[in-house]
Amino acid sequence: MSELPKYLREGYLSVEELKKYVGLPSEERLRQRPVAVPECPQEIPCTPCKEICPTNAVLMEHPNAVPIVDYEKCIGCSLCVQICPGLAFFMVHYIGDKARVTMPHEILPVPKVGEKVVLLNRVGEEVGEGKVVTVIPREKSKGDTPIITVEMPIELAWDVRAVKVVRE
Amino acid sequence: MRLTEHPILNFERVRGKEITIYFEGKPIKAYEGETIAMALHAAGIRTFQHSTKKHRPRGLFCAIGKCSSCLMKVNGIPNVRTCITLVEEGMQIERQEEKPALPKTTKPPKWKEPPRIEADVIVIGGGPAGMMAAIHARDAGAKVVLLDENPMLGGQLVKQTHKFFGKREQFAGVRGIKIAEILSEELKRRNIEIFLETSAIMLLQNGEEKLVVGVKKNKELIEFKGKTVVVATGAMERMIPFENNDLPGVYGAGAIQTLMNTYGVKPGDRVLIVGAGNVGLILAYQLYQAGVKVEAIVEAMPKIGGYFVHAAKVRRLGIPILTRHTILRAEGKEKVERAVVAQLDENWNVIPGTEKVFEVDVIALAVGLRPSIELLHQVGCQIKYVPELGGHVVIRDSRMETTVKGIFVAGDSAGIEEATTAMLEGKIAGIGAALAAGVASPEWLKEIEKAQKELEEFRSGPFGRKVLEGLKKVVVE
Repeated sequence: MSELPKYLREGYLSVEELKKYVGLPSEERLRQRPVAVPECPQEIPCTPCKEICPTNAVLMEHPNAVPIVDYEKCIGCSLCVQICPGLAFFMVHYIGDKARVTMPHEILPVPKVGEKVVLLNRVGEEVGEGKVVTVIPREKSKGDTPIITVEMPIELAWDVRAVKVVRE
Repeated sequence: MRLTEHPILNFERVRGKEITIYFEGKPIKAYEGETIAMALHAAGIRTFQHSTKKHRPRGLFCAIGKCSSCLMKVNGIPNVRTCITLVEEGMQIERQEEKPALPKTTKPPKWKEPPRIEADVIVIGGGPAGMMAAIHARDAGAKVVLLDENPMLGGQLVKQTHKFFGKREQFAGVRGIKIAEILSEELKRRNIEIFLETSAIMLLQNGEEKLVVGVKKNKELIEFKGKTVVVATGAMERMIPFENNDLPGVYGAGAIQTLMNTYGVKPGDRVLIVGAGNVGLILAYQLYQAGVKVEAIVEAMPKIGGYFVHAAKVRRLGIPILTRHTILRAEGKEKVERAVVAQLDENWNVIPGTEKVFEVDVIALAVGLRPSIELLHQVGCQIKYVPELGGHVVIRDSRMETTVKGIFVAGDSAGIEEATTAMLEGKIAGIGAALAAGVASPEWLKEIEKAQKELEEFRSGPFGRKVLEGLKKVVVE
């Protein structure tokens, strides 16, 4: 049996695997404007990200191919994050010593702009606190999925992929 | 036990008028449009019957009318499938104990000639495959009639709150529940005659003529006569052997989706899921969305079987996936109170000392499906056992026609796959049936070819490999 990728045993990508299978944008690009990063390393029959991208930045040779984003072509519009049926697209943007991560959020409650949220990493561990800076509600999302942009310390940019809204 | 808020669904909008039904004499609140089993669950009742010999408690398992665990006495009539029978004001529901008998005071209905519905193409099953078959058979020029034993159209789409994969022209990025609405609308726009709550109990042929015997609402006999038939009867949830797997609270994954996504009833408080294929992973996410705690997903294989992206979705919400683990037993007296799991070694043997106990009230089995082929079997279609397609399936050609001329098959009843391929197969079978009925022009062959190409494309990746292996064994030209 060929060596099983760790992500298929564990159910999440480590940052090392992300670099290996997906490839990350350069620091310079991350500082320019938001950039879409697909966390989708497996060949599955799925193409909405490619079909919706207005600048053809999502490359896919055939419908089962792994999406590769041309980070230079990506304009950070977030349509792929909105449409992705696997909720596997994210956007990352560096601003000063903060990072802004855009992610799907199909859980209640949907946070409000300005609200503090608990940051969760790829295995659901609480790793800090962030602030919601943008919310695209479900009605305005192209894919019927609300998406949120959360500001966090820059060192958490490649760990945080979900949030928990805690309200008393 | 009823859900009010949900990130995707709005139950207040779909719940009908509040009514009262009676369980063993006690009044229970129910809503028009929900089934008996759902109303009982919402009231916290999980034991629906006791087994005849050992008097073991039994509850819901499949929730789509395909098993016997929800049979109850309704208004004195035994063996009513409460999971697909709608509530009615004043209904008297009782648990079934011992061997149920028909009430002595009830007379059987008087025999009369059943109404006979005639069409070119009869479609059995109103899921993604059946609806697509009906739509395309109609467009190709056939008079079509469709029957389904459930109270609503859509088959399993009505509980699929997740967005579909594939191409956008094949509904990718659209939620299953929405696809069910879109296809139902398309059926209505075409004035296709639809019989809901109507079970096809027999499929016969007399020369070129096909006959489907249906029973509406458990009482009324209806005969459907057609030139061709498309069988799209779906599949049934698999069970696996472990101690106490018959306890109420052990459900097929689909039953839990029906409870919470179709009817807005909370299935329980803490759940263990068995199986990390797409169904198990999607179910875990949906349970979280409904506010239910998922303790873990256990998977006997060394890797996650479903799409990785579904796994990532549940992991980042803190739900563990334990590969190389299996369930040993359920524990509890009247219902599930605990689940005991253990790790497996490379030879699939339990490693002693690795037992873990999860305090759960629900165990969800997402361990696969098997095709429903009973009607196809009955009418004499040639059948083959093909594990890659989920069990016994019928031999057919590339237009989905079986070895019995004029009988077509589509969707999960043709082999376990998924809704996108079911819809494409339905399209092929529907057009094929219209052509075979002699009512469609040969132009439609182009549409069949187009759908065949799309199927080929969809199955061309690693996830399609197993299905393609299976299809090699049953598709003949």
